[in-house]
Amino acid sequence: MIYFDKVSKVYSKGYPALEDVSFSIEQGEFVSIVGQSGAGKTTLLRLFLAEEKPTSGNIFLDSVDIHSLPKKNLHKLRKKIGVVFQDYRLLSAKTTYENVAFAMQAAGRAESEIENDVPQVLNVVGLAEKSSNFPHELSGGEKQRVALARAIVNRPDIIIADEPTGNLDPLNVLEIIKLIKKINELGTTVLLTTHNREVVNSLGKRVVTLEGGRVVRDDKDGKYVV
Amino acid sequence: MIWVNLKRILKNGFVHFWRNGWVSVATILIMVITLFSIGSLVFGKAILLTVLDQLQDKVDITVYFKIDAEESDITFLQESLSDLSEVKNVMYVSKEDALKSFQERHAENTLIIQSLEELGANPLGSSLNIKAKDPSQYESIARFLEASVFSAVDKINYRQNKTIIDRLSAILQTSKNLGTGISILLALIAVLVTFNTIRLAIYTNREEIKIMRLVGASDRYVRSPFVVGGILYGLISSTVTVILFYPLTFWLGPLSERFFGGINLFYYYLSNFFQMFFILLAVGVLLGVFSSWVATRRYLKA
Repeated sequence: MIYFDKVSKVYSKGYPALEDVSFSIEQGEFVSIVGQSGAGKTTLLRLFLAEEKPTSGNIFLDSVDIHSLPKKNLHKLRKKIGVVFQDYRLLSAKTTYENVAFAMQAAGRAESEIENDVPQVLNVVGLAEKSSNFPHELSGGEKQRVALARAIVNRPDIIIADEPTGNLDPLNVLEIIKLIKKINELGTTVLLTTHNREVVNSLGKRVVTLEGGRVVRDDKDGKYVV
Repeated sequence: MIWVNLKRILKNGFVHFWRNGWVSVATILIMVITLFSIGSLVFGKAILLTVLDQLQDKVDITVYFKIDAEESDITFLQESLSDLSEVKNVMYVSKEDALKSFQERHAENTLIIQSLEELGANPLGSSLNIKAKDPSQYESIARFLEASVFSAVDKINYRQNKTIIDRLSAILQTSKNLGTGISILLALIAVLVTFNTIRLAIYTNREEIKIMRLVGASDRYVRSPFVVGGILYGLISSTVTVILFYPLTFWLGPLSERFFGGINLFYYYLSNFFQMFFILLAVGVLLGVFSSWVATRRYLKA
C-alpha cells in the first residue's frame, strides 16, 4: 500500500540525505526504521507526509503519487495518516480533550461522534482523568499518549511515529510501545523510527536499516544492527 | 455541515481570542490607537471645513447702484443673478438699510454723524451682495456683471478685491488638498502599524498552525479562528474608540467652539455618532480580517 520508488533527497549543497531508497509496506505491517542520527529517518517521514518534495523518485500511497497531489488536497492525504512526534507537537492553547477533538473537527466529523469517540480514545491511552488539563500540565509520557490518542482518533490507515520514545523514561517507553503494538494488532499500519535498541529487539517485527541515506538492511524478523 | 463548521469556527475563534489574552489585549490597544487617529482625522477634517467655510463666507462681490437707480432695475438684476448656477445667494441692501448700518458702524464718530445730519438727504445708494458657491467662480460672475452693465450701476467692487479673493481661494484649495494628503498619510501609517501587530501576533502561533495542518486540518479550517479573531479585534477596538471619544469631545467641545468658532466637537460627535461608529467599525473589522488573512497565508503556503 505504501511504495517508495527510487527516492532521493538532496538538500542544497551537501551529501544526499536519502539516496535511491526503494521499499514497500503492506497493509497492517509494523515497520521499524532504524539508523544513526543523520541516516535519513526523519527525511523519509517528512517526504511521506509531503512536508517536502523528493529530489527524484516517487512515493505512492494506495497507488496515488502523493507528490502529484495539489497542495490544497494534502489535508485529505493527512487525514489517512496519524502522526506522533518525539516532541509531541500538541496545541499548547488547547486541553487534552480539545487536542484530540481538534483532529476530528478538522476531519469534519459530527459533534455527536466527537463527544462519543474522544473520551473512548482517552480511556484507551489511560488519560480520561486529564481530559481538561493543558499540555504544560502533563508529563512527557502523558503528552505522548495525548499525541497518540490524537493520531488514532480518526481511525487512520497508517500511524507514523517519529522517535516517539526519544524523550521518555524506560517505563513510559514500554507503555507507549505497548499502545502502538495494540494499535497495530487492530489492523493499522505502523511506521516507527527509533534508535532505541531494546525497543526494536523486543518488537520482533520488520526492520529497515538506513545508513548514510541508503537502505542497507531489510529484515522480516529484524534486530537492531548498526 | 456548514452550520456545524460555522459554529466550530466561531467557537474556536472565541476560545483562541480568550486564551491568547495578552496578545489580544495588546493588539486591541494598537488598533484602538489606529482607529483613534482615524477618528481624530475625521474630526479634524470637520473643523478644517467649517473654518474654511467661514473664511469663504467672508468673500463676496457687491454691486453699488446710483442713488437715483430704479427699484425695478435692481430687482431685475437680482433675479437674473439668482438664475446663474454659480451664485449661492444675492442679498438686496436698500438705501435705508445701508444708511442704518453706516450710522451704526460710525456711531462713535461724531464728525461723520454731524456731517450726515447736515446733508439731510441719504447719500448712500442701494446695493446687491452676491455670494458664489465657490470662490473660484467670482471671476465669471464679475464678467457677467460687467457685460450686462447698465446705467443704474455705480460700481462693482470685484476688481479692487480681486487679488485678495484669488489668494484666499488659492489658500482654501491648498488647505483642503493638504488636509486630505496628510490625513491619508497618517491613516496609512496607523493601518500599517496595526497590520504588523496582527502579523506578529500570528507569528507567535506559527508552530500551532503547522501542527494543525499535520493533524489534517484544511487551510481554511486552520485560518478561520485567526480571521474570527481579526473580526473580534475590529469590533472591540471600534467600540472602545467610539466610547473614548465621548468624554474627550465633551471636554474639547466648548474649547473648539471658542477657538475655531461655529463648530462644537461634542455636538458634531453626537449628530454623526452612527456614521462615525460605522466608519471605525468597517475600518477595524476589514483591517483585522485582512491582516489575519495575509499573516496566516504565509504559514499555510509552505
